[in-house]
Amino acid sequence: MPDLVADTPSERGATKVDAASLSVLAYTPMHLLAPFPGGSEAMAAALTEAYGVRLPAPGESLSADGAELRWAGRDQALLLGPDAPAPALHTHGAVTDVSDVYLRLMLTGPSEAADILARLVPIDLRPLRFASGATAKTLLGHISAQVTARADGVEIMVMRSFWQSAFHEIETAMTRVAGRAALPPD
Amino acid sequence: MRVAGYGRVDRARKLRFRFDGRSYAGFAGDTLASALLANDVRLVARSFKYHRPRGVMTAGSEEPNALVEIGRGAAKLPNVRATVQELYDGLYAESQNRWPSLAVDMLAVNALAAPFLGAGFYYKTFMWPPSFWEKVYEPAIRRAAGLGRFSREADPARQEKAFVSCDVLVIGAGPAGLMAAQVAAAAGADVLLVDEGTAPGGRLLAEDEAVGGKAGHRWAASLAEGLAALPNVRILTRTAVTGAYDGGTYGALERVAEHVAERGDAPGVCFWRIDARVAVLATGALERPIAFPGNDRPGVMMASAIRSYLHRWGVVGGRRVALYTANDAARRTARDLAASGVEVAAVIDPRAEAPPLVGVDAPLLAGGRIVATSGRLGLTGLTVKTGSQTHRIAADVLALSGGWNPSVHLACHMGGRPVWDEALGAFRAPEPGAPGAVPGLLPAGAAAGIWDTSGCLASGRAAGAAALERIGRAATEMDLPEAESEPGSQTVVFQTPGRGRAWLDFQNDVTVKDVQLSAREGFASVEHMKRYTTQGMAPDQGKNSNVGALAVLADVTGRTIPETGTTTFRPPYVPLPLGAIGAGAEGKGFAPERFTTSHAASRARGTPMIEAGLWYRPSFFPAPGETTWREACDREVTMVRGAVGVADVSTLGKIEFHGPDTGALLDLVYTSRMSTLKPGRVRYGIMLREDGHVMDDGTTARLADDHWVMTTTTAAAGQVMAHLDMVQQCHAPRLRTRFTSTTDGWAQFSIAGPKAATLLDALLDGGHDAAAVPFMACGAVQVAGVAARLFRISFSGEHAYEIAVPARYGASLWRLLVAYAEGLGGGPYGMEALNVLRIEKGFPTHAELHGRTTAYDLGLQRMLSPKKDFIGKAGASRVGLLDPGRERLVGLRPVAAQGRLLAGAHLFAPGARPVRTEDQGYITSACYSPTLGHDIALGFAVAGPDRLGERLKMVDHLRKCTTEVEICDPVFLDPDGERARA
Repeated sequence: MPDLVADTPSERGATKVDAASLSVLAYTPMHLLAPFPGGSEAMAAALTEAYGVRLPAPGESLSADGAELRWAGRDQALLLGPDAPAPALHTHGAVTDVSDVYLRLMLTGPSEAADILARLVPIDLRPLRFASGATAKTLLGHISAQVTARADGVEIMVMRSFWQSAFHEIETAMTRVAGRAALPPD
Repeated sequence: MRVAGYGRVDRARKLRFRFDGRSYAGFAGDTLASALLANDVRLVARSFKYHRPRGVMTAGSEEPNALVEIGRGAAKLPNVRATVQELYDGLYAESQNRWPSLAVDMLAVNALAAPFLGAGFYYKTFMWPPSFWEKVYEPAIRRAAGLGRFSREADPARQEKAFVSCDVLVIGAGPAGLMAAQVAAAAGADVLLVDEGTAPGGRLLAEDEAVGGKAGHRWAASLAEGLAALPNVRILTRTAVTGAYDGGTYGALERVAEHVAERGDAPGVCFWRIDARVAVLATGALERPIAFPGNDRPGVMMASAIRSYLHRWGVVGGRRVALYTANDAARRTARDLAASGVEVAAVIDPRAEAPPLVGVDAPLLAGGRIVATSGRLGLTGLTVKTGSQTHRIAADVLALSGGWNPSVHLACHMGGRPVWDEALGAFRAPEPGAPGAVPGLLPAGAAAGIWDTSGCLASGRAAGAAALERIGRAATEMDLPEAESEPGSQTVVFQTPGRGRAWLDFQNDVTVKDVQLSAREGFASVEHMKRYTTQGMAPDQGKNSNVGALAVLADVTGRTIPETGTTTFRPPYVPLPLGAIGAGAEGKGFAPERFTTSHAASRARGTPMIEAGLWYRPSFFPAPGETTWREACDREVTMVRGAVGVADVSTLGKIEFHGPDTGALLDLVYTSRMSTLKPGRVRYGIMLREDGHVMDDGTTARLADDHWVMTTTTAAAGQVMAHLDMVQQCHAPRLRTRFTSTTDGWAQFSIAGPKAATLLDALLDGGHDAAAVPFMACGAVQVAGVAARLFRISFSGEHAYEIAVPARYGASLWRLLVAYAEGLGGGPYGMEALNVLRIEKGFPTHAELHGRTTAYDLGLQRMLSPKKDFIGKAGASRVGLLDPGRERLVGLRPVAAQGRLLAGAHLFAPGARPVRTEDQGYITSACYSPTLGHDIALGFAVAGPDRLGERLKMVDHLRKCTTEVEICDPVFLDPDGERARA
C-alpha cells in the first residue's frame, strides 16, 4: 500500500541574522475568492454570514475567528484558514483551492523586516506607512510577491516554485543589513 | 605637512597605508588625499594624454587629477578619487596611467609630441587604412592614454541595491540643506537628508566661521544630531545623488564600507532608488580654476580646497602659498593660512583696483597675472606680470579661485538647460516649472547662486517651506542662526593671457588652445567642441572645466556665454560602478529559479538540468555505463515505447476556471468549440493571436460542470494568462467565469507506455480500470488517501496518463512513481526523450508554434471552427495566410538511413545553390528516432503537404552538413493513434 508524505519546507527553512529571523510558514488551507460580475455584494454577505468579515478593500487584510481575508488583486481575495470554504460562497463566484500554489515566508522584527526588504521590495514597508494588516502585490527582486504587514514583521507570499530563490534573496539581504550594522561607528 | 592645532583628525589613532609601494602613516579621519599631502606627497598622478605630473587639486568628488587604484587583484577598484577615499589601516593604493613609475614616466614623451596631440588628433591621424584602427591604433592609444585598468576578473565585492521613500528629499547637508531639512522635519514631514560627505555640514566643515554663536562645524553637528534623533528623519551620509528621473525618482550611490579595512558582510556600496514627493537641491557650488600657462603643476590647488585641508585635516600642501584670485571671498584662504602660521608668498589679483589686503602680511600684486610656473614634479615658483613689471615668486602651493559654479547638474537631468546669470557670473538651475526642469526639485543655497552663509540658511529655510507647501503641509516659524552675511565682490575671470599651455580640463588634458583650435576648425558649437576635444568627459564630467571651457569658446567665437550654452548634463553625477547598478544580479541572482517538486530527487540521480524559462527540468536520467546523452535518451524512448516511463510535467501552465459561463469564454479564446465538452472529458485546442497566428496549444479538461482546468505550454504560460485577463476584461466582462493560475499548486506527472495502466492499478486507491477511463477522459482519483486528478492524455503517442496531486505531495509521489515504473521495467524520462517521443508523433511545440506560423501552416486548419467566432479568426482568414505556397508543416526523413537531420538547417531544391533566394523551408525539430532507427525531423517547406515524397537538399551552413531528405507526413509513428487509445 503506497503512502504519500507531505513536504514541509517550514521545518527546513529557518534562518536568523541579528534581530531578524526568516522562516517558512506551515501549510494553511487557502482559497482564492473571485466574485462573478455583480456578485461582490452577495459574496460579501455570504462571507459575513460564515466568518463575520466582509470582502477586503484594496491593500487590506481582515482577521476573523479562524479565518483571514486578504485582498489579492482586482475583485479577488484570499481566504486563509478554513479547509472547505462555506458552500454559499461558491454560488456567487469562483472559489479555487490555492493552498499549494503559494508558500508564505515570515520575516520577523517589524523595523528590521522593513529595512531588509527595502533591498528587494520597491514599496515602503516601514510600519509607519505599511501598518499591521496592510497587504500589497509587488516584487521581491525579480519575483512576484504579495507582502502583508504583521504585528511582528512582514509576511512574504510567493508562488511555491520560487520559494527557494525568494528565501535566498531575503537571506542575502539580511546578511548585508547585518553587515552594515556591524560596521564600526564613525 | 600637518599644521599644529588645526584639523579634526584623530591624532591618537594612527593608520598605516601604502601608496605606490611606499608605506606612510595618516590619522583616523583623513582622506587618502589629505594623508598624502600630510606626508608631502605632491605628485600623485599623471595626466590622461600628455602624462603631465599632477597633484591633488580639490577636496571633493570633483577632483580631476588624483585618481588612484584601491586594493589588489580582482578586488582592485580603478579611478577612485583620493579626495573621496577615506583612509583605513592597511589601505593599498597605486597611481594610474604611468610606466614604470610616477616620477619616471616613460610615456611623458607624449608631452614632447604635444604639438601633434592636440584636439582632433585621433580623427586626423588614424584615418587610414581603416582596418588599422581596431588592430593597431586603438590598442596603442589605449595603452598610452587612459585612466585606471580593469583587473578583467569577476569582481568579488558584493554590492547592494535598495529602495527608500520619503516626503521631502534634501540633497546636500550644508547650511541650506540642514535648514531645509529642519523646517520640513519640524512640520512632521518624512525627511531624507542625503550628503556626499562623511558628515553633515558641507562647507561649514571646511571654513573658520561661526554659525549661531559657535563654530560652523559644531553648529552643523548638533543640528544634524537633533535631526537624526527625530523619528521622521533619516540621514544618509557618504551618499551622492547621481541622477534625477521621472516621477520624483532619484538615484544615489552610498559608499557603505569602502572606508573600512574589514567590511565583513557589509556591501561596499549601495545604489539607492529614492522615491520622493518633493526635493530640495542644496548641492552647493564648485570653485572654478583659472586658465593660465602652466596651471597644472602639482601644488596648484583650489583656494577652497586649501581651506578644507587646513580646517578639516590640519594639512597644508607646502610651505609657501600664493593666492591667485579676483574674488574677495577667496582671500579667506590667505587669511586662514596666515593665522595658522603658514607663509603667504603673495596675493595676485587680476583686478587693477583690487581692494587692499586686510590682516595678511603678504605682498598684493593688483592687476597681476601669472604668465608662467616652474617646477618639474611640483610647483616651485611663479612668474607674475603687473603692467610692464615682471615678478618672480617662490611658492610651492598656488591657491586658485575663479569664482564658483552652482552645482546644478541634477536640476538639468531631465533636459532642462541652466540659465546664465550675468550678475552672478554663473549658471543657475532652470527655474522650477521651466521646460525640462526636474518637477518638484527646488534649488537652495549656493546651488541657487547664494554665496554667503546667512543667505544660504535663509534660502534653505525658504526651500523647506516651499517643499512643505507642495505636499500640503504648513511650515512653522523658525529663527535663523547668526552667520556671516558678506558674499564679497568679485570679477569673473576664466583665463588670463600668456604664452604656453593653459589647462581647462585637467582630467582630459584639454587646454585653451585646444578649444580655440576646435572653434577654428569649425567645431564651434559647444557640443561639437566637447566631442572634438573630449573636454568634460571621463569620471569628473567636467565639474571643474565645463564653464571655463565654454567661456573660452564664447570668447574665441565672439559670442556671449548664454549664446554659447552648455553641454548636456546627464546622470550619473559621480562615477557609478556597474557592480552597484547590477547588484544582486551576479551569478544566479540574474534570474530566480523555479523548481519542480521532483527537483531534488532528479538531482540526486545526477541528472543534468535544462532551463525552460525560469524552470529547471531534467534533461535525461543517466544510467550506469552510459557516457553520452544520446545513449540515455534512446534508452528512455525505448522504455516508454516498450514498458512505462514517468516524467515531471508540472511546469506546464495550469489555469483553473470556475463559473457557468466558462465554456463561452473558452469558445472565444480557442479556435474550436470547447463549451460542448462533457464533464470528465479533455479536449485539445489551439488559441490564436489577433493577427491570426498561433499563440499556444494545450488541453483543457472539464473537471465538473462549472470547473475547468486549462493546460498551457511551459513557455507560454505567462503570455496565455495575460491574454485571458485581457479577453475577460475587454471582450467578456460580463461572463460569469473567473480564473486563476494554479501551476505551482499541482505536481503533475506523465505516466506513459504500454504498462501505464498496470502502474496506475497498483498506485491508485481501489486500483485502476483502463476501460473505464477512455482516451481524453479525466476524473478524480485518490493516491494513498490524497485527492488527485487523473487525465488520460498522451504527448508520446502511447497509452498514457497525467496524474496531479497537491504540490506538497509531489516529491513523495514522484519517488513512488519512479519505484513503480522501475518495477515494471521502466523508469523516469527527461526532456530529451520527451522531445523524441513527440517528434515521432508529429506533435508541435513552440519550436513549431514560433509565432510566425498559422493553424493553416501547422496543418490544423480544420480546428478553426466555421460555426462560431474566436479571437484571431478574421486575422487567420486573410488570403495571404491561406496561400498553399506558404511554408507548411511536414515531416522529413533522410534518403540514406544514416543521413543526419539538424534543427535550424534550411531546405533547397536538390540542384539549387544553397543561398537565401533559393530557400524552400527549414527544420524546426530534429532527432534520432530509436524506434525507427534513423533521424527524423519536423519542419516547414513551401507547399509542403502537397509535395509528399519529393526530395530536397538539407543544408546546415553553420555545422557544414548537407543531407538529401524526403518530404513525408509529420506523423512518423502510429498515424491512427491506436496505441494511445488502447
